Amino acid sequence: MNWQELIFGKLSWSVLPQNPIAWGGAIYMVACILAVLAFVTFSGSWRWLWKEWFTSLDPKKIGIMYITVAGIMLVRGGVDALLLRAQQATSVGDSFGIVSANHFQQIFSAHGSIMIFFVAMGLMFGLINLVVPLQIGTRDVAFPFLNSLSFWLFFAGAALINCSLLLGDFSTAGWLAYPPLSELQYSPTVGVDYWIWGLQIGGLGSLLSGVNFIATIVKKRAKGMTWMRLPMFTWTTLGSMSLVVFAFPILTVTLALLWLDRTAGMHFFTAGGGGNMMMYVNLIWAWGHPEVYILILPAFGVFSEIVPVFSSKKLAGYTSMVLSIWAIVVLSFIVWLHHFFTMGAEADVNAFFGIMTAVIAVPTGVKIFNWLFTMYRGRIRFTTPMLWFIGFVVLFTLGGVAGVVMAEPPADYELHNSLFLVAHFHTMIVSGVLFGYFAGLTYWFPKFFGFTFDEKWGRRAFWLWLTGFILAFGPLYLLGLEGATRRLDHYSAALGWQPLFAVAGVGAVLIALGFCCQVAQLIASIRKRHANKVGSDPWRGRTLEWSVASPPPAYNFAALPLVHARDQFWAYKHTKIHHDMQAEDFHMPKESAAGLIIATFVFAFGFGAVWHIWWLVIFGALGAIVTALARTFDEDAEYVVTASEIVHREAGLRRDEAITV
Amino acid sequence: MSRFSVFLLCAGVALLVVATVIYAQHANIAILDPAGPVALAERNIIFTTLLLCALVVVPVFVMLFAFSWRYREGGHAALHEHHSEWDHYNWVAEVVWWVVPAIIIFILGIIAWQSSHALDPYKPLQANTPSMTIDVVALDWKWLFIYPEQGIASVNLVEFPVGTPVHFYLTADAPMNSFWIPQLGGQIMAMPGMTTQLNLMASRTGDFNGFSGNISGDGFSGMAFTARAVPQTQFDQWVTAAKTGLAPLTESSYASLAQPTEYNPVSYYWPVSVDLFGSVENKYMTPGSGMMMDPASTADGMQGMNMTP
Repeated sequence: MNWQELIFGKLSWSVLPQNPIAWGGAIYMVACILAVLAFVTFSGSWRWLWKEWFTSLDPKKIGIMYITVAGIMLVRGGVDALLLRAQQATSVGDSFGIVSANHFQQIFSAHGSIMIFFVAMGLMFGLINLVVPLQIGTRDVAFPFLNSLSFWLFFAGAALINCSLLLGDFSTAGWLAYPPLSELQYSPTVGVDYWIWGLQIGGLGSLLSGVNFIATIVKKRAKGMTWMRLPMFTWTTLGSMSLVVFAFPILTVTLALLWLDRTAGMHFFTAGGGGNMMMYVNLIWAWGHPEVYILILPAFGVFSEIVPVFSSKKLAGYTSMVLSIWAIVVLSFIVWLHHFFTMGAEADVNAFFGIMTAVIAVPTGVKIFNWLFTMYRGRIRFTTPMLWFIGFVVLFTLGGVAGVVMAEPPADYELHNSLFLVAHFHTMIVSGVLFGYFAGLTYWFPKFFGFTFDEKWGRRAFWLWLTGFILAFGPLYLLGLEGATRRLDHYSAALGWQPLFAVAGVGAVLIALGFCCQVAQLIASIRKRHANKVGSDPWRGRTLEWSVASPPPAYNFAALPLVHARDQFWAYKHTKIHHDMQAEDFHMPKESAAGLIIATFVFAFGFGAVWHIWWLVIFGALGAIVTALARTFDEDAEYVVTASEIVHREAGLRRDEAITV
Repeated sequence: MSRFSVFLLCAGVALLVVATVIYAQHANIAILDPAGPVALAERNIIFTTLLLCALVVVPVFVMLFAFSWRYREGGHAALHEHHSEWDHYNWVAEVVWWVVPAIIIFILGIIAWQSSHALDPYKPLQANTPSMTIDVVALDWKWLFIYPEQGIASVNLVEFPVGTPVHFYLTADAPMNSFWIPQLGGQIMAMPGMTTQLNLMASRTGDFNGFSGNISGDGFSGMAFTARAVPQTQFDQWVTAAKTGLAPLTESSYASLAQPTEYNPVSYYWPVSVDLFGSVENKYMTPGSGMMMDPASTADGMQGMNMTP
C-alpha cells in the first residue's frame, strides 16, 4: 500500500463523472448546495439556522427538517424517474436511448433506494415528529436528544448516497442489491458500498426513532388517555414503530454481512466459497416486507384522522381499526417469501406464504370500509386532504387487487419481475404512502405555520398527480401482461411496446408538473399567509393538537391536558368540561449540537468505509463515540420553565379564538 | 366542482375507455394469450382471482362515489341525515365487513393451496408423448441451452417439439437470472451453484418471446431469447442441422462462451461434453465440503437444497 492509498483510499481523479448526463447531475447538485450556502450567508441566517433549527431538540422543528430533506430527495428521486421513463420511451430497436445500460441501472437503483429511505421514511418521521407529541398531550418525545440524533443520521445517510453523484458511481444492483450481482465479483466499484452505508446510517436513525416513539407513546401520554382513547394516527405510529424495532435490525445485519463479503473477503452470500445468495434474499425481505407496512400504517393513520374531521363525524369502528392495525403488524412478518415465489420453494411453502399474503387484504379491506362508513351520514367537505383520500381509495383498491392476484403463487410465476409488479407496488406506495402523507401535510400545515396550505394549487397538484399516475402506471400494468420485464434499458422494436412506454413517459411528466404545483402551493401559501391566517382549530378538529395555538409554543401545552374521552378536543368543545391540569413548573431540553456532530462523524466513517480510507473510518468511529459519551455526561441539558412564566406567556397568545363545533 | 372540471373529468374518462378498447384490439398480450397448458392454467387463476376480488371492489367503488356525492356538504342528505355520532349500533355492519372479505380470502386460500401444488414448476407434466430434458445455463448475458438427449447445445434459441412436455433444469454461471417464457408459463430463478426446475409444454407451434426477469448486469436487456415450438419432424431436422457445423462444446470452448457478451446472436454447438451442465453447477461448490454433486445425478440431486436459507 503506497501513501496515496493510505490517505485517499480508492479515491482518485478518475472517480469523477464519466458522461454528460452524470456530469449534469453532479454539477446541478453542487450548484444547488452552493446556492443554498450563498443564500444563507448573504441573508445572515447562519446563526438563526444553527440556533433555531440545527441544534433544536423540538420535535416540531425536527419534523419540519425531516420533511424539507424528504422534499429535496423527492426532487432527486423524481428526476431519476423522469430519466428512467425517457430511456424506456426512446431506447428501442436501433436506438439505445439517452443513457448507457450501466448508468440506467445506477439510476433505477438510486431511484428506489432514495424514494423509500429518504422520501417516504422522511415524510413519515416528519409527520410523526410533528403530530404525535401534540396528539398524546405531551411536551416532548421520550428522548429529545436521541430524536435529533436520528434526524441527523437520516440526513447523513441521504448525503452519503448523494455523494455518488460526484464521486464514483452508485450501485447497479437494484434497490435491494441481490447477491451475487452486488458482490465484489460482479460489482467491483464503490457503488454497492454507497448503497450499503447510505442505508445503514439512515437505517440506524430509523431504528433509534422507532425506540424513541414507542417509549414516547407508551410512557408520555396525557393523564386519562387510556389505550382505547388513543388517536388513530398515534395508534398507527405505534404499530409502525414496533415494526421498525423488529425489522430494522435484520437490515442492519444483512447489510453488514454483505459489506464483510465485499470488503473482508467473506462468503456469506457469494456464488461459491460456500455462500448462499438465497439467505440474503430471505433476510432482506424479512426486513423489506415489514418496511412496506412501516410506511403505509402511518398513512392509514392520517386518513383515519382526516376522514372523520372532514365528514364531521366520529370514526366508524374505532375498535376494528385498532384491531386491524395489529393484525397487519403481525401478518406483515409472515409474508416475506411472496417476494420470491419463483425461487423454487416447495409448493407447501409457497402456498402458505400466498395465503398469508391474501389474508392481509382482510384487515386492510376493513379499514377501507370503516372510512367509507365514516363518510356515511356525514357532512363531507371536499378539501384537498379529502381529495387525496378519494384518490387513495380508488388507486389503492385497484392496486390491492393486483396484489391479491400476485398472492396466488402460480399467478405470480407469470407476473413476478414484470412491469405489472412494478406498477403494483408503485400504486401501493404512491397512492397509499405518498398521497397519505400529502394529505397529512395539507391537513396539519396550518397547525404548524398558522396559515392554510393553498387550496387552489393543492387541487391542481392533486389532479395532475392523479391523471399523471394513471397515465404513468396504467401502461406498465399492460406492458407487464405483454411480458415486459422490469429494469430493461432497451427492447426490440418487434415487441411493439414503445407506444405504451411513451404514454407512461407523458404520465411521468404530468406527475412532475403536479410536483411543481406543490412547490407553487408552498410559495402561494407563504405569500398569502396574512390573508389565510387561521386560529388554533381551522378544520373543526377532534384531537388534542387542535386545542393549542397555531403554531404551537415550544412547550406545546401550557398545562398538560386531562383526557376524558376518545376525541378529547371534540368532547371538550361539546361539553366545555375543562380539560387542562393545573399549570406546573416543567423541564425543557436545551438545544444541543451533539446530534449533528455525531452524525458528521458517522458520515465520515461511512465515507471512509465506502472508499477504504481506513484512518477516516477510525477517526469517524472514535469521534462519534467520544461525542456520544461527552453528551451522556452533560448534566446541564435542561432548563426549567416556571408556572408563572407560562401564565405570563400564555396571556399573550389568544387561544381557542374561533372554536366551532 | 365547476362545470368545466366536470366536463374535463368526463372527457378524460371517455378518452381512457376509448384508448383501452383500441389497445385491447391491437395489442398482443402474451399472458392473456397462452400457448400451453401451464400458461393457460395460470391465466385462469389470474381471471378467477380478479372476479372474486370484484365482489369487494365494486361495492367499495359504489359506496365511495355514492357517499361522496350524497353526503357532500351543502347537499340535502348532509343537512338532514347527518349524525355526528353514528357508529355504535352498527356492529352488524362491522361483522359483515370482517366476514365477507374473509370468506373471499378463504376461497382464494383454497385456490392458492391447490394451484400451488397442481402448478408446482417442479412437477412433470402429463402428456401422451414422453417428455424431453433441456438443461439451461444463464450466462453473462445469454442463455445456453444444452440438449443432453440430442448431444447439441444452442445459445439464445430453444427449440422443442409441440405437444411434448419439456423438463428444464436451470443453473447460472452468472448472477441470478429468471427464466421466463410468458406464453408458455411462469418463470423460475436460475442461480449459480444450484439447480432449479421448470416444466412447460407448448400446445401450438410458434415462436414465443423469452426473457430474463432478474437484473444481472450490463447486458441484462439483451438476454431475450426465442422459444420455438415446432412439429416433431421439424425438430429432428433442426437437431440434424445443428450437428452439421462441427463446433464442440468442451470445457475450454465453454470457458470462452462464458465470457461476458451482449446481444449474443443465436449459435449452435455439437458435440457437447457429457457432464458440462454438472461441472458448471459444481463450479460454485466448495471442494471437500460434502456439497459436491455427482454430475450423473444432477437431474434431481439438488431439489432438497433449493430452499435452505
